[in-house]
Amino acid sequence: MENWKVLLVDDEEDFVTTLAERLKLRGISAIIATTGDEALELIETDLPQIVVLDLIMPGLSGLETLKQIKSIRPAVQVILLTGRGSTKEGIDGMRLGAYDYLMKPIQIEELIEKINEAANAEASEGEGEQK
Amino acid sequence: MFKIKLKGLRSIYRDFVRFPDYEESPLRYRRLRRNMIILMLLVTVLPLISMGIINHYQYLNTLKKEIIHPMQVLVADKKRSFELFLAERLSAVSFVASAYSFEDLVDENTLNRIFRVMKTEFGGFVDLGLCTNEGLQVSYVGPYDLKGKQYADQEWFQELQVRDAHISDVFMGYRKFPHFVIAIKHISETHGAWILRATIDTEKFNNLVISSGLDAESDAFVVNQEGVLQTPSKFYGDVLEKLPMSIPPISFEPTVIERSDPKGKEILLAYAHFTSPHHILMVIKPRTDVLKAWYALKSELLLLLLGGVLVIFLVVYRLTGVLVKQIEASDQKRTQVFHEMEYTNKLASIGRLAAGVAHEVNNPMSIIGQKAGLMKDLIDLDPSLPQREKFLPIVNSIIQSVERCRVITHRLLGFARRMDVQILVIDINEIIKEVIAFLEKEAIHRNIKMELKLSENLPPIPSDQGQLQQVLLNILNNAYEAVDDGGQVSISSWDHDQDTIGISIQDNGSGMSQETLAHIFEPFYTTKKGWGTGLGLSITYGIVKKLGGSIEVQSQKGSGTTFTVYLPKKGVHGEEIKNGKLESTFG
Repeated sequence: MENWKVLLVDDEEDFVTTLAERLKLRGISAIIATTGDEALELIETDLPQIVVLDLIMPGLSGLETLKQIKSIRPAVQVILLTGRGSTKEGIDGMRLGAYDYLMKPIQIEELIEKINEAANAEASEGEGEQK
Repeated sequence: MFKIKLKGLRSIYRDFVRFPDYEESPLRYRRLRRNMIILMLLVTVLPLISMGIINHYQYLNTLKKEIIHPMQVLVADKKRSFELFLAERLSAVSFVASAYSFEDLVDENTLNRIFRVMKTEFGGFVDLGLCTNEGLQVSYVGPYDLKGKQYADQEWFQELQVRDAHISDVFMGYRKFPHFVIAIKHISETHGAWILRATIDTEKFNNLVISSGLDAESDAFVVNQEGVLQTPSKFYGDVLEKLPMSIPPISFEPTVIERSDPKGKEILLAYAHFTSPHHILMVIKPRTDVLKAWYALKSELLLLLLGGVLVIFLVVYRLTGVLVKQIEASDQKRTQVFHEMEYTNKLASIGRLAAGVAHEVNNPMSIIGQKAGLMKDLIDLDPSLPQREKFLPIVNSIIQSVERCRVITHRLLGFARRMDVQILVIDINEIIKEVIAFLEKEAIHRNIKMELKLSENLPPIPSDQGQLQQVLLNILNNAYEAVDDGGQVSISSWDHDQDTIGISIQDNGSGMSQETLAHIFEPFYTTKKGWGTGLGLSITYGIVKKLGGSIEVQSQKGSGTTFTVYLPKKGVHGEEIKNGKLESTFG
């Protein structure tokens, strides 16, 4: 688990920094981005295995960012955060390759559970890729 | 003035044809019906009645002409024969006066011979006499002994002083029976003026007038200008009596007038004046008798008219009743649909607003949540933190409050969420059991008795499982909140009719007031002070509608509430279940 690096993407900086700190307290290393573009850069430079991505952001939207992440590094697992409570958005995201989605406001336990699930999925997918 | 009147009429007309507004609804339909009845009766009964009246008069005129014309012909005939009768006798006497000399006529034998010839040839002569210019009758033949009689003071004699011929009125005279006199003055060179006079029996006269085959109700007679009857009348007096009626205006042509006789009887009077003597011939027929046929027809017409009007009225009354009732029903339906639409729109717009607010609130709420979470993490990590025992409950309270907000915003979002209905084959009884399993813990904990009355042969229906679960859960939640610990909740399902199945959820809880009941499906209406969103039943209502069903609620304060949901056996898009498989007839 210590090897996992999680990228948190949300335009609310206060939210991502606090979340990152809490994840670190639980032994998960997290980096943060506040825009889609920034997130795409970090995907290539810092190589996180898991991305927690807010769907609604100014500039590059969540779904667009998701598409590009998946085109750059298809093995990255993306967990979406949605504030609108619309399952449709979540489902759309999953169709584009997202692992799952969570409704805001999230609880840390819920998120960690999803991260673990996604990490396991990433691992098996990664193995698949190697073969 | 005319303009003002016209304006008044126009406003009456407008008031009449205007369909009263919705606000006046109690009066509206009564008024509409009244107006329809009046208008329909006007356009049907009025022409009918006018036609009846016109027919009445036209027919009356024709009939009168048919009656009047024969009466005129009758009077003309009688007049002619009467005049002929007089003219014949006058010329007979005149001929004798010219053909014979005074000497011949003084001889009573000669006079007697002439008299006999006249009697046989003409008839009606009673006697014949010769008078001197002084009025002394010098020669006489007849049934009485009148030779030597002085006539100088008689009216007819005096008139002969200025005229050559005279026909007298009927009078009694010496003979004590009605008769009249024809007298001719002759002037000879040898004897100067002398007078030949003849008396004529009125019986002949009467026969002539009366013998013309009149029916029992009719009368005919002659009067002089003073109104004295010259012949006996059947109904208005004997000869020489005064006719109890005024003399009609002079007309030598046969004329018919309507009048009433002294007894008040309506009569038709046909008459004509004679030129000489100045008598008037009258024929009288009772009007009722004459118009008997007409009266019979009139009563038939009247009966027909009344019958027609009655039938029209009944038909109009019934028809307008049915029409207005239908209008009223369709109005009510329209109003109901309108209300429902309004309600659905209200739900939709409130939903959008709620979603916007919820979303905006979610972000700061997320930050609060994470910050509080971090604080808790830090407190947990450092057991030696000063006042740790005080901070921990505060942070926990913040986290719990955020959690409560989360529930609320999620519900708001759920309310607004466009429901993507996913139609599958559904066994309602299964869903009921699943939802109950979900609530089992609470039921056991609060000792709530659950009663299931599920129909065993309930057909599967095409519907959305998740949405139905939500519906049942919402209603059951309400029921659980309404009952006290140890209360009872029962759920039934049944095959309602050909098109629907029914589910009811009944509790014996606190029940609701009528006021609450009226608002129960409205969004944000809640009786749970402080912590209800007022959206649960509103969402429920929306889902049931979306699934093509309907929901009803009955409640009585203190004795419990029953929710009844009806769901269609056909899906909202026409899906049907055949042999246990879903078949879509849509698209």
